[in-house]
Amino acid sequence: MQMAITILISGILTDNFVLSKFLGICPFLGVSKKTNTAAGMSAAVIFVMLIATLVTYPIYAWLLVPQGLDYLQTIVFILVIAALVQLVEIALRKFLPPLYNSLGIYLPLITTNCAVLGVTILNFDNNYTYGEAILNAFGAGVGFLLAMVIFAGVREKLEGCDIPESLKGLPITLVAASLVSLSFLGFQGLAEGLFQ
Amino acid sequence: MFEAILTPVVIVGIIGLLAGVGLAVAAIVMAVPVDRKAQAIKEALPGANCGACGYSGCEGYAKALSEGTAPAGLCSPGGAQVAREIASILGTAPAAVEYKTALVRCNGTNRNTGTKMEYDGLKSCAAASMFFGGTGKCSYGCVGYGDCVAACEYGAIRICDGVAVVNPALCRGCNKCVTVCPKHIIELVSAQAASVVRCRNQDKGGETRKQCSVGCIGCMRCVKACEFDAVHVKNFLASVDYDKCTGCGKCNEVCPVGCISMLKVQEIQENTAANEAAVS
Repeated sequence: MQMAITILISGILTDNFVLSKFLGICPFLGVSKKTNTAAGMSAAVIFVMLIATLVTYPIYAWLLVPQGLDYLQTIVFILVIAALVQLVEIALRKFLPPLYNSLGIYLPLITTNCAVLGVTILNFDNNYTYGEAILNAFGAGVGFLLAMVIFAGVREKLEGCDIPESLKGLPITLVAASLVSLSFLGFQGLAEGLFQ
Repeated sequence: MFEAILTPVVIVGIIGLLAGVGLAVAAIVMAVPVDRKAQAIKEALPGANCGACGYSGCEGYAKALSEGTAPAGLCSPGGAQVAREIASILGTAPAAVEYKTALVRCNGTNRNTGTKMEYDGLKSCAAASMFFGGTGKCSYGCVGYGDCVAACEYGAIRICDGVAVVNPALCRGCNKCVTVCPKHIIELVSAQAASVVRCRNQDKGGETRKQCSVGCIGCMRCVKACEFDAVHVKNFLASVDYDKCTGCGKCNEVCPVGCISMLKVQEIQENTAANEAAVS
């Protein structure tokens, strides 16, 4: 139980994928203009992270490692995740059209997102068990959601500000992103210190 | 040595093959029939996703059209040409398009009204109207920084003497300016609408008079003059029921401030449509 809470808190706050590990920056900057789309994108990311972990963990632990092929990790994971997301997309369109419509373009967009690949690979670097890996994937996804929604809120506020001409657009977005990231540094040590 | 190369090749190959075959089978088993008619209609529509038809964008309207649940001729931005294309896809006679045009319900030019402050902030209606309801004396009227001008894709609006003015010949009735206006003074009216009230001020008559010389004071004269029960006053503001208005012009004559006037856009738009058809 203690382990589970530690994993969740480190995934969401201390080791936030976007703001501390700097993974998945392109959707973070690209799809964060509106809170609605940011939340939709994040929902798709949580979903894909979960199923990607569900499938890649057994392949790595029970197929690649026994054969001594763990160096193939990255290429096999990309292959499996891409195929899986395509499959899920086809299935969703058939059986759950409303969900398919609301996830829309975001589902194929995140097939090879580095945050998704990162969570599957980092699961093994941290020596997680299957259950812990799934929990970590969920935590990482929720952390992504948190970062996206907070940053979308910041950007919506930026719209109404009088920004100097030379900083308009991407520059001010990057400045804002670094400030949000700085604020997350304040969570450092929270997960380890919680049960001491 | 040879095995060290062969095993990874075989394993990755098998995984790839399984994924490929799985996807191919899934694509066949779980195929969703694509509505070709809806696809064709969607391509014929302007693709502005403006929502003037009342559906969720062009795709929604195309789907409803192909299923026969939506009346044709709702696409006001597309006009007669799109109506013809849709008719040829559906195999029906082209429906008459109800032309719509944006109407700015404010006539508070710099001469008719004044400002209550020196405003030096962001030059946008959205920002200015958040600051004590805008710069003008009238808190209901046009702010005049041209958010609607920026939103218009057809160049049909310009700011003239402090008030947004719509050029009906260019307006396609796409609804974009209506949604962007922070004062909600722009509305879409049918081009047939005859008399329109160019004011949104809901203050009492005396208050309105202090703010603007052409503001509706709610004197009820137009209501009494109308023989067709088409004009009503609510919250000291007259508005015309466009379904009942016949365009007799009696309300225009009696209005003491002159805020009711005729909207003669249909002939302008029909001329434009005829010109377009001649060109294409």
